[in-house]
Amino acid sequence: MNTWPSLLIDLLIICLFLGGISLFYRPKEARTGNLMAACAILAAFVAVLLRNPFEEPALIVIAVVLGGGTGWMVARAVNMIQIPAMVAFQHGAGGIAAFLISFVELVRAASIPTPVVGDVSGFLGLILGAATFSGSMVAGGKLANLLNQKPVTLRGHSLWLLATVLVIVLVAVLTGLFKDPASVYLLVVLIALSIVLGIVFSIRIGGADMPILISFLNATAGLAAAFCGIIIQNRLLVACGATVAASGSILTHIMCKAINRSLGKVFVGIQHQGSQEPKDLFFEAPVSKEAQAEPVVPASPAKDGFGRALGAARDATKVIIIPGYGMALAQAQFKVVELAQALERMGKEVRFAIHPVAGRMPGHMNVLLAEADVDYEKLVEMDDINPEFKNVDLALVVGACDVVNPAAIDSEGTPLSGMPVLMAHEAKTVVVCNLDEKPGYSGVENPLYRMDKTVTLFGDARETVEKLLVAL
Amino acid sequence: MTDLMILLFVFAASFMVGYFLISRVPTLLHTPLMSMTNAISAVTILGAVLIFSAELGVYQKVLGMAAIIMATFNVVGGFVITDRMLKLFKTKPPLP
Repeated sequence: MNTWPSLLIDLLIICLFLGGISLFYRPKEARTGNLMAACAILAAFVAVLLRNPFEEPALIVIAVVLGGGTGWMVARAVNMIQIPAMVAFQHGAGGIAAFLISFVELVRAASIPTPVVGDVSGFLGLILGAATFSGSMVAGGKLANLLNQKPVTLRGHSLWLLATVLVIVLVAVLTGLFKDPASVYLLVVLIALSIVLGIVFSIRIGGADMPILISFLNATAGLAAAFCGIIIQNRLLVACGATVAASGSILTHIMCKAINRSLGKVFVGIQHQGSQEPKDLFFEAPVSKEAQAEPVVPASPAKDGFGRALGAARDATKVIIIPGYGMALAQAQFKVVELAQALERMGKEVRFAIHPVAGRMPGHMNVLLAEADVDYEKLVEMDDINPEFKNVDLALVVGACDVVNPAAIDSEGTPLSGMPVLMAHEAKTVVVCNLDEKPGYSGVENPLYRMDKTVTLFGDARETVEKLLVAL
Repeated sequence: MTDLMILLFVFAASFMVGYFLISRVPTLLHTPLMSMTNAISAVTILGAVLIFSAELGVYQKVLGMAAIIMATFNVVGGFVITDRMLKLFKTKPPLP
């Protein structure tokens, strides 16, 4: 394995896949980058097949066809709103593979003397893999609405979490010290405990913090793969796993900053003070039929509001649309884009302001709008568009609340204080198309709604936008 | 033991290079990025087939097959869906 030609081939494969990642700087080249990374993995796979003698090649082929076929079919079938759930379930599948490999290798290593580092990596791969698996299943379940999105908190939750971790460490140390073929049973116990750990860990994280959880699981899945690589002594696995771990860490960090909470607070489940009922960050639009059936009481005379909104839209020359997850829940993105195109045909400049946590995973809103046929050059990041709001005639907020809450800037001591927000309140007119005027996930009242220049159109975002579109 | 040292070095180096490369990816593409790195983390498929390179008991065959199925599901699904997403990102000529 350590001959020069094979080292060279491994290096080439790593370069191919790092090159693929570096093509992700520009949307036009990213597709090629993805293809390059896929080729790198394929090449690594072929290299492993050629370098080693195999028993039962038929079983390998059957497994590859089964797994690959299912993966391909599922990936063709999901729609863009389901992407976060799909990614979570895939993290889970990666986790299973990682802990199964670590398990088989640890059992083999139990009968021969192996270096401590190898054993420790094996245990880490096993624990992280199993915990990533169960954590991802919970995350995927919440994202796919199969599980309740609200955080589930046990009594003494943090203690349970700590206890689980301690027991896992204890069992792992015991298994490592008494190397014995019988340690298989201890390893099974270890897997079960790690699965419990993953569940206890992620069940407490609410729907709005999903972008953080999913990024974190991305990192642990990568770490699990890297530790697997150390125990089986395969540098490609180590290199790829470590890169993925780096990627997951970066995204986790970005998401935490965007939501103004430290990673520890999110995972230890410290809720915002003042939010009696944890509500989803962008939960402004209806998901269920009951919610739609509820009568919506408009705060201001609705007709007048609609007329003002229409007038503002007609008079504006520069428009910024601020979509939140509520827009996606109301399935309003296609209507919103139609509205944007109608405004453009009237000679207005229309752009979209994207907050980093608008959606269920990092960057999700961009994908949703790209699917609705928006030119990606019109999707502008928060830091780039914030200075422009004061020159804008109309800011159209669709299904977003906390991310446009000016209280984050002017008031101190609220959960939102210090969170970066979109400066919608600086626009000349603000039109808000949200389900209701309840505060967002943070529980902080949004003073934007009370401003004189703000027109609020409460109700189903898709219907509201459609009415605007027809009237224009 | 020296092999292990090399692997730890590979780990540290890849983490740093990865950190450097990925911190420059625009937020616009973060979802496809995560979807692609998710597919890459399924390089565990290499470990899964390597199970089959040694002597096999029944349970190793079963677990090995399960590991391969899961890893290929992850790798194929991840790359296909990333490609589908990236196809959506396009620029258009201004509307008439």
